[in-house]
Amino acid sequence: MTSDITLPFYQALTTDVNALSTCQAQDDLQGIRREALERFSVLGLPTLKTEAWRYSNIQRYLKEFPYELLYATTTVPASVVAQAAIPELDCYRIVLVNGQLQADHSELPTGKGITIGALSAHTQAPGFTKWFNKQHHLAQESLATLNTALFADGLFIELATNTVIDKPVHIVHVYTAAQHAFIQPRHLWVLNRNAAATIIESSVHPDANVVTFANSVLETVVEDNAELWHYNIQQGDQHFREVHTTAAQQQANSRYHHFNFTLPGTPFTRNNLSVALNGSYTETNLNGLYIANGSQHVDNHTFMDHIMPNCNSNELYKGVLLDSADGVFTGRILVHQEAQKTNAFQQNNNLLLGAKADINSQPQLEIYADDVKCSHGFTAGQFSEESMFYLRSRGIGEDAAKALMVNAFSHDITDEVKVPALQHYLQEQIAAIMNN
Amino acid sequence: MLTIKNLHAEVEGKQILKGINLEIGKGETHAIMGPNGSGKSSLASVLAGRENYTVTEGEVWFNGKNLLDLSPEDRAREGVFLAFQYPVEIPGVSNLNFLKTALNEIRTYKGLPAIEGRDFLKLTKEKQQLVDFNANLMNRSLNEGFSGGEKKRNEIFQLAMLDPQLAILDETDSGLDIDALRIVSNGVNKLRDAEKSFVVITHYQRLLEYIVPDFVHVLYNGRIIKTGTKELALELEERGYDWLKEELHLKESV
Ligand SMILES: Nc1ncnc2c1ncn2[C@@H]1O[C@H](COP(=O)(O)OP(=O)(O)OP(=O)(O)O)[C@@H](O)[C@H]1O
Ligand SMILES: [Mg+2]
Repeated sequence: MTSDITLPFYQALTTDVNALSTCQAQDDLQGIRREALERFSVLGLPTLKTEAWRYSNIQRYLKEFPYELLYATTTVPASVVAQAAIPELDCYRIVLVNGQLQADHSELPTGKGITIGALSAHTQAPGFTKWFNKQHHLAQESLATLNTALFADGLFIELATNTVIDKPVHIVHVYTAAQHAFIQPRHLWVLNRNAAATIIESSVHPDANVVTFANSVLETVVEDNAELWHYNIQQGDQHFREVHTTAAQQQANSRYHHFNFTLPGTPFTRNNLSVALNGSYTETNLNGLYIANGSQHVDNHTFMDHIMPNCNSNELYKGVLLDSADGVFTGRILVHQEAQKTNAFQQNNNLLLGAKADINSQPQLEIYADDVKCSHGFTAGQFSEESMFYLRSRGIGEDAAKALMVNAFSHDITDEVKVPALQHYLQEQIAAIMNN
Repeated sequence: MLTIKNLHAEVEGKQILKGINLEIGKGETHAIMGPNGSGKSSLASVLAGRENYTVTEGEVWFNGKNLLDLSPEDRAREGVFLAFQYPVEIPGVSNLNFLKTALNEIRTYKGLPAIEGRDFLKLTKEKQQLVDFNANLMNRSLNEGFSGGEKKRNEIFQLAMLDPQLAILDETDSGLDIDALRIVSNGVNKLRDAEKSFVVITHYQRLLEYIVPDFVHVLYNGRIIKTGTKELALELEERGYDWLKEELHLKESV
């Protein structure tokens, strides 16, 4: 292994790796886990020398504490779950504590064609057999391979052909532990042909004194003509660190709308988002909004993989960086030679509002087809003085004016949120951050 | 209400206002005319507190307060309103939300509770009618994609909503069609009372037929070079500014 083996966490990890090989965890994934572990030992933990991690010092956070690798099941009181409620949102609710499904706090959608449950209980499901760990980008990210090797559990969703969930599904992730813990949830959601769903994710962190580090992996599959609206809201707290990998696959004529909101709280957030287009005539919308304060670090690493022709992708990430927050955005677009008539657009706009705020933004376009329309753009700036003066000349104080302007800056993302209660909730959150 | 004494101001190191003296009493309406680039908008900007202007000399008193000490928002809260010559477009800020925020910030400053949603809507409707402001524009982003005339109407609509003591209208007439000019002027006239004062900056005598001023001032090269009554505006309409400039040069060479 190439990583620094003096890390306490790393030592714990080695013990677990041994545990895995000697005790033989009780699932039928030994082959997959072992292969992932081998891959992980080749890649090692990311360092600042790892190209994709040049601006995100994860070692600092891994070294911070002697993390315990957490597998144990815990339960939480209803009051904890209630913290995640989104006012006026009429939805189903799924509560996961450290990735483990809590049926008693959940209100699962039921009906023909809907399979929802613990991942560990569905390793024989058709969607699992066909799709688990198949998104090929996962093998490139060492922390994702680590997750594959050692994950405990997560959420499995499979919607049969023509199955539509009538209300949004709100997944509440609770992260809680008795000691500093490294938690590795693993999820797989499969929408078969013509299926549709809206899924909202957010998290709760009830423990003020222990640090939890989540290294989660989500695979989503959007089959032919299926449509997934996926909203991920990251509002952690000072005791949370997160590496969140989302690996999506789209089949022909499918539509995937991904929204990622990172709001203040978590000191370190790294999102890996990759979409592999395995079929033609797909639509992909990747929307990101990150608002960071203090010395928060937010890194969005995105990858649009245009494998097949006639696909459209639209990516818009916007950032508001306050205080000495720093942001990283990487937007990789790969257009394969066969992917003619691709439309791939990418834009990353930032407001740098803190004196020491910083953004590192990198488009990475690799285009091997000739008949394509691709573009990318980047901006970083402050508020327009003219606009600020206009607002202030109407009696609006500087802070309130800034709040209005940040809401305005965010509006082309929040406007696209198609669940009104969620849209309202997000706008309120943004206003609250700016008015605090 | 407003006293301007020997006001000098510069922008980007360039002297623009070169000694303005002006006294505006309660309930009075003053017109300011003058050639392009003479400093009319600059004067309005300095009064409203635009930060790229630096006051190098002089004083401005508003109801006994030193206006130049106040932030732009506090000037507005004290009752100064500027209807911009070029209102900015702010995509993403809804007109309605903007107005409600402004109104409530002013109310908080005055120690009043935030306005009830219902009262706000009632007020909005009433003032919309006053200037015949298209209700469909209310939910749109602030001035975004508004026509020139719609922007000007929005300025007067805001003026009506915020109910200031001193309103400075910077070329509100430019961009308005003939009917709109009449409607907006009538709206302004309805707002006039013994407590409120207006400063109307314009190039055209026509507006002053609707909003009849008590005084007309000519601003030239950063100074007020002539003050008269509404007849002065008529004279300017006929003769232009050259005769005044000549008078000024004669005076200065003496
Ligand atoms: N930001 C600035 N930088 C440099 N010069 C400026 C700036 N703003 C205004 N000026 C100059 O100040 C002078 C006065 O401008 P101002 O806009 O006040 O004129 P005005 O009397 O309102 O003209 P108009 O009738 O054309 O509206 C002009 O020469 C203008 O170019
Ligand atoms: Mg002007």
